[in-house]
Amino acid sequence: MADPMRIRAQSAGGNATIRVLMSHEMESGQRKDGNGKIIPAWHIQDVTAALNGKTVMTAEWGPAVSKNPFLQFTIKGAKAGDKVAITWKDNKGDSRTDEATVS
Amino acid sequence: MQTRRETLKHSAAVAGLLASTGLFPQYAQAFDKAAFEAKSMADAIKAMGGSAPVESKDVTITGPDIAENGAVVPLGVSTSLANVKRVLLLVEKNPSVLVAMFNISPDVEANFSTRSKMGQSSDVYAVAITNDGKAFFAKKEVKVTLGGCGG
Repeated sequence: MADPMRIRAQSAGGNATIRVLMSHEMESGQRKDGNGKIIPAWHIQDVTAALNGKTVMTAEWGPAVSKNPFLQFTIKGAKAGDKVAITWKDNKGDSRTDEATVS
Repeated sequence: MQTRRETLKHSAAVAGLLASTGLFPQYAQAFDKAAFEAKSMADAIKAMGGSAPVESKDVTITGPDIAENGAVVPLGVSTSLANVKRVLLLVEKNPSVLVAMFNISPDVEANFSTRSKMGQSSDVYAVAITNDGKAFFAKKEVKVTLGGCGG
């Protein structure tokens, strides 16, 4: 199981700014190991964000997103106390969900 | 004791074996492989359901002029256009141009920031695809002093 995400959700002017730091290797599939063999790609493919259980944003990522990805976006109308849940899924089928409360 | 690097190498090898057994056909139902393997901007946008893109001042891309480390280039995309269903982030000279795609619902603002790898200095593009399949883009040149794709 992967390490937890760090999520910060701050309300400002009726919206909430969500900042997420995920812990993932994001191997590009371009690099070679010591024996000259290509290290297979291993990256987050799907990212989903939900506000109080309702999906508000989905994303698809390629291997070109940096290691330990950072994501920032804004949810309209989210207020303090609302729950924001972020889920990612990688191309090996591993996934992780973490939740934060808007402050 | 195994180092982190070795552990990763092993788990990658195991996953490769698993994949070759065919027991795990495609994990991601939604993941659009064709788009992420596209080698040109036009192909990637087409695979994402957009027509030939038009440059627009309503789409904004943010990023550094010079990135010291190509492994971590902060890029942002935003648009003030209405009825946008997707925004894409593309790096023209990467092995696969498409970096990330965001599906927008009415509940989020069309404004995303993330960090990308860049193999070399290149134009980066933000593309907004509207509900009726029109594509609008903005571009910015980012110079990379140390590439982030090779080994």
